Amino acid sequence: MTTIDHLTISPPPEVGRQQPAQSAFAAAIGHACYVIGENPVTGFAFGLFVLIVLAAALGPDIVPYDPLASDTAQALKPPSAHHWFGTDQIGRDVFSRVIVATRLDFIIAVASVALVFLMGGLAGVAAGFFGGWTDRIVGRIADTIMAFPLFVLAMGIVAALGNTVQNIVLATAIVNFPLYARIARAEANIRREAGFVEAARLSGNSDWRILAFQILPNVFPILVVQMSLTMGYAILNAAGLSFIGLGVRPPTPEWGIMVAEGAAFMVSGEWWNAFFPGAALMVAVFCFNLLGDGLRDMVDPRRRT
Amino acid sequence: MLMMILKRAGMAIPSLIGVVIVTFLLTRALPGDPAAYFAGPAATPQAIQEVRVKLGLDRPLIVQFGGYVVDLVHGNLGTSLTTGQPVATELENRLPASAELTLLGLIVSIVIAVPLGIFAATRPNSLIDHACRLIATLGVSLPVFFTGLILVYVFYYLLGWAPAPLGRIDVFFTPPPQVTGFYLIDSLIARDPETFMASLKQLVLPALTLGIFSLAPIARMTRASMLAVLSSDFVRTARASGLSSFTVIVTYAFRNALLPVITTLGMVFSFLLGANVLVEKVFAWPGIGSYAVEALLASDFAPVQGFVLTMAVMYVALNLLIDVLYGLIDPRVRLEA
Repeated sequence: MTTIDHLTISPPPEVGRQQPAQSAFAAAIGHACYVIGENPVTGFAFGLFVLIVLAAALGPDIVPYDPLASDTAQALKPPSAHHWFGTDQIGRDVFSRVIVATRLDFIIAVASVALVFLMGGLAGVAAGFFGGWTDRIVGRIADTIMAFPLFVLAMGIVAALGNTVQNIVLATAIVNFPLYARIARAEANIRREAGFVEAARLSGNSDWRILAFQILPNVFPILVVQMSLTMGYAILNAAGLSFIGLGVRPPTPEWGIMVAEGAAFMVSGEWWNAFFPGAALMVAVFCFNLLGDGLRDMVDPRRRT
Repeated sequence: MLMMILKRAGMAIPSLIGVVIVTFLLTRALPGDPAAYFAGPAATPQAIQEVRVKLGLDRPLIVQFGGYVVDLVHGNLGTSLTTGQPVATELENRLPASAELTLLGLIVSIVIAVPLGIFAATRPNSLIDHACRLIATLGVSLPVFFTGLILVYVFYYLLGWAPAPLGRIDVFFTPPPQVTGFYLIDSLIARDPETFMASLKQLVLPALTLGIFSLAPIARMTRASMLAVLSSDFVRTARASGLSSFTVIVTYAFRNALLPVITTLGMVFSFLLGANVLVEKVFAWPGIGSYAVEALLASDFAPVQGFVLTMAVMYVALNLLIDVLYGLIDPRVRLEA
């Protein structure tokens, strides 16, 4: 249990600055190993995560078939030794398509989460730190977004901005904005009057400098946990949008659209067409949710569930 | 009490204003020329100009916004390009289908999640507790359209228990005479048990799909708040007085644990209303979600705008209802107001 005392990912800032970076990093790795050892589920999720990243990075190079090559003689064949996940209605290999799709789904999720991290994180930190009008405006924007059912708003945004992958990323980021803005605001707000901020102010730092070098580094780890928790939601949201025909267009392999294309064959018994991309989606979301929970334990042991 | 309701209703007004502004901006202030858009792809420059004047797009944004608000007050949501029908009428006709499905989905998720949460809380770290956690995590991880398709495959294709996932009622049945628009209620009013069963059969799978997706927050919150209540003094007193554990859990603990659960219903509704769109597509359900999706694919914006607005207004109203309900159940909230 002693490792918890050396918690360096979210340390009190004074302690963090006294320690050399190298030992802080080593302690963080040590703590990560400890958490994974303590909670095998997190270790399992981390293993899955590595697999997903590998599939996203190497996908197109390792798959046995061209994900776009059709072979009508082999259409709608059930899973076999040649086609592990079967073939779709025009004879494309479902396994290759599922693996190749990982990259696109992963990029959409990472991009939207990174975008909302920037937008929501910065807006929230500014709102919490400056208060006043900044706070009121950010709060009002967040409230307005929260007044919509999130998926419905995402649909509306993509419909208005245009049916492209970039707009799916943007829409997914916008619907998550209130969550990030609120967390960042609360965390910045409680640190506004903290001793180290007062000290920085007394030594002549400007507001912006304090924001950038004192407040942001402290809010950062909490937002990173939030990022991994919302990754799962971002993937679901993007896949849902492409399931109803927005964003990604056929024949691009993408999990949501593959499930949509396979849906028609579900009632006639060709289950593999929709099942495998759907299962890949589920595994990815499940992995990110578990990983987010584990990461939260790592950053803040008090919030353990 | 009335004061509290009025106060809370007043707090919903800024949300509504925000919703109206956003749905307005979605069409007007965004890239692209809405006039060219509404005139269609084959329109000449003159035709586009005519549409622009007709829609008032040549006037300042604020004037256009005024026009939009006036239209909304008159219940005018514009006209669909593909069907030529007023959007408001179509949404009104299709709303009962969506509402019936969503409400049944909510009932399913409450019926599963609340007992699950209670059992998990009364036996922490038991098998049922782990099962509760697993189901809750799986529930949020399963894409709702995927769950729906799996249910269709198992219960329609493999077992043959469920009817084909094609709409609200089997083609051999005629819908019951419309009173509420809810087939289940209307068929009961018409004293037609066969139609009732037929529409119930169509409803079971989509409602179950929605229920599975939205039960996670309810189960988690029930478990957490039951755990907190069960360790409180009044539960200990009740136990010490020799009351049966059923009475303690149901009468004393659960009633007090209910409050945080009701608060999460707001989030559950956000889940349900969004997932509704996907479930309607999977089951060819003729609700407002599938109407919006069809319009979306045809680049027909007015129905989408009307749909987003309707959903948002319903969501704001539901949140208001939840808060009022909260006040009715918890006297402390009333005192504060």
